[in-house]
Amino acid sequence: MLALAALAILFFALPLVGLLWRAPWSNAWGYLTDDNALTALRLSLICSLWATALSVLFGVPLAWVLARVSFPGRGAVRALCTLSMVLPPVVGGLALFFALGRRGLVGQWLYRWFDLQLPFTTAGVVVAQTFVAMPFLVITVEAALRQLDGRAEDASRTLGASRWYTFRRVTLPAIRPALAAGAVLAWARALGEFGATITFAGNFPGTTQTMPLAVYLARETNPEQAIVLALLLIAISFGVLVSLRDRWFGRGAAGRHSVLA
Amino acid sequence: MSLAATLQLQLGSLDLQAELDVRPGELLALLGPNGAGKSTVLRCLAGLAPITAGRIAIDDIVVDEPATHSFVEPEHRSIGVVFQDYLLFEHMTVLENVAYGLRARRQPKATAHRVAREWMERVGLGEYCDQRPRALSGGQAQRAALARALATSPRVLLLDEPLAALDAGTRAGVRRDLRRHLQSFDGMRVMVTHDPVDAYALADRVAILDEGRIVQTGTLAEVTSHPRSRYVADLVGVNLVAGTVLDGVLHTDTGARVVIADAAPGASFAVIRPHSILLVQHPADGASARNQWPGVITELDRLGDRVRIGLDGAVPLTAEITIAALDAMELRPGDTVHASVKATDIEVYPA
Repeated sequence: MLALAALAILFFALPLVGLLWRAPWSNAWGYLTDDNALTALRLSLICSLWATALSVLFGVPLAWVLARVSFPGRGAVRALCTLSMVLPPVVGGLALFFALGRRGLVGQWLYRWFDLQLPFTTAGVVVAQTFVAMPFLVITVEAALRQLDGRAEDASRTLGASRWYTFRRVTLPAIRPALAAGAVLAWARALGEFGATITFAGNFPGTTQTMPLAVYLARETNPEQAIVLALLLIAISFGVLVSLRDRWFGRGAAGRHSVLA
Repeated sequence: MSLAATLQLQLGSLDLQAELDVRPGELLALLGPNGAGKSTVLRCLAGLAPITAGRIAIDDIVVDEPATHSFVEPEHRSIGVVFQDYLLFEHMTVLENVAYGLRARRQPKATAHRVAREWMERVGLGEYCDQRPRALSGGQAQRAALARALATSPRVLLLDEPLAALDAGTRAGVRRDLRRHLQSFDGMRVMVTHDPVDAYALADRVAILDEGRIVQTGTLAEVTSHPRSRYVADLVGVNLVAGTVLDGVLHTDTGARVVIADAAPGASFAVIRPHSILLVQHPADGASARNQWPGVITELDRLGDRVRIGLDGAVPLTAEITIAALDAMELRPGDTVHASVKATDIEVYPA
């Protein structure tokens, strides 16, 4: 048992060690602060934060509906809304293209009426990232809402609070840890997004070339820089997981979220 | 000006069909066994469980009437609810809890907190304003929940098992406090409880709810002196036999005959007190004014120097005899004995 577990750990540790071993430490700072890298890094941060904000804005109401409103086909709707978690991102990007592209189902009208074009734009990157990131927030928040004692919301209503006031003052404080965890997970997913982005938004430095795309490109032209950028992404992801260790993996997620005495 | 409700609701295995009428200043206790639908009645009145048919009106304002598609959301009903385990919000201070209803009604924070502080003083929690609810004892939490419910000056106060969450040692004191605080509220009050002691101490009138139906209403004394349900008969500790009176005999639904002294014909209840039952091992003959039913002993329950004996037969009964009599007859579970009751010892009243 122990030997197999050790092999598994090694399996995950080795690639990291490999990167660390080949990293050009003396030039690392130069690679990180070179114009291309900085542009990609800035774009990545902006897009992933937008995607996180959109995920929260739409994902929380979606999670609330899935947890609190019972309607026929709820299971199917939940599956639909979390499909992009298991879908190959390239497929997601392709689907987005046919829906929102200039000749797409909805995209043609967006273009004709509002002169709005999503593919191959920074907005397109945000859409692609939101598409793959939001489910992480939805399932985290929905789980927290399900564990929440619904009677707290009942008590609030009998005290004269509307649904919306109840949500803000009673529900939200109770699910705040889960919401934070969901948002961080969604952000990490958005930050690492590659397949849907390159399919839907392309790979243009300055507009759509995010960090993962820059890593992929640099692999051909400048492998040393690719390693440095890759290590940066790894460091960020690792930091996210460590910061979530209690909320997502530990007692915080398994335990009961409660606002009641 | 009252609370008038005709409730119909199917919820899982519960088939609720109940009628309630609460007058201003009155406290009606809804008494019944677990699963009778007591809490569901409160949820209907509060608007947390819409009824499927019927009508609920508070002070002549209809708040729920499916036939006319009238439904007033809980937050727009003039009600306050004290929930069974109080449901105080743990992420707020106790003062914020009490001020919550006023804040939800868009009262300025200063006003809401001033009113809440007055209520905290009134229920004797003045020094706990800035504490979290977790710091309160059961009795204190109950008073905080009461203050929170009353701070918005509702017309109707609903209490769901307000004493059930407390341990036996503190219950009497909390009950006394609750009685005092409830007396200062002049609106209509409905309290759900399964404990007749609560009903006795706090209620003006009781309604007995059994399997979704109100089977009896009145003062606790009226209800217990003439039980109309197995539940009340068990509470009081008497035997209740339902049947139809014809020519001085009550015919039970199971086909047994109960000879009675005198009663008007028709559907009736008969009450047989356990200590008026005589147990004999061999049936005596002759005495027509006496009932005699064979029964198998199902259980023996000692209470001080007396024994309660459960009998299964055509007329299931609980008899009460002395320990000495039990020893003399050497009765054991499974033995067959004859229960003998004088017709004049049986109380009969119309159903």
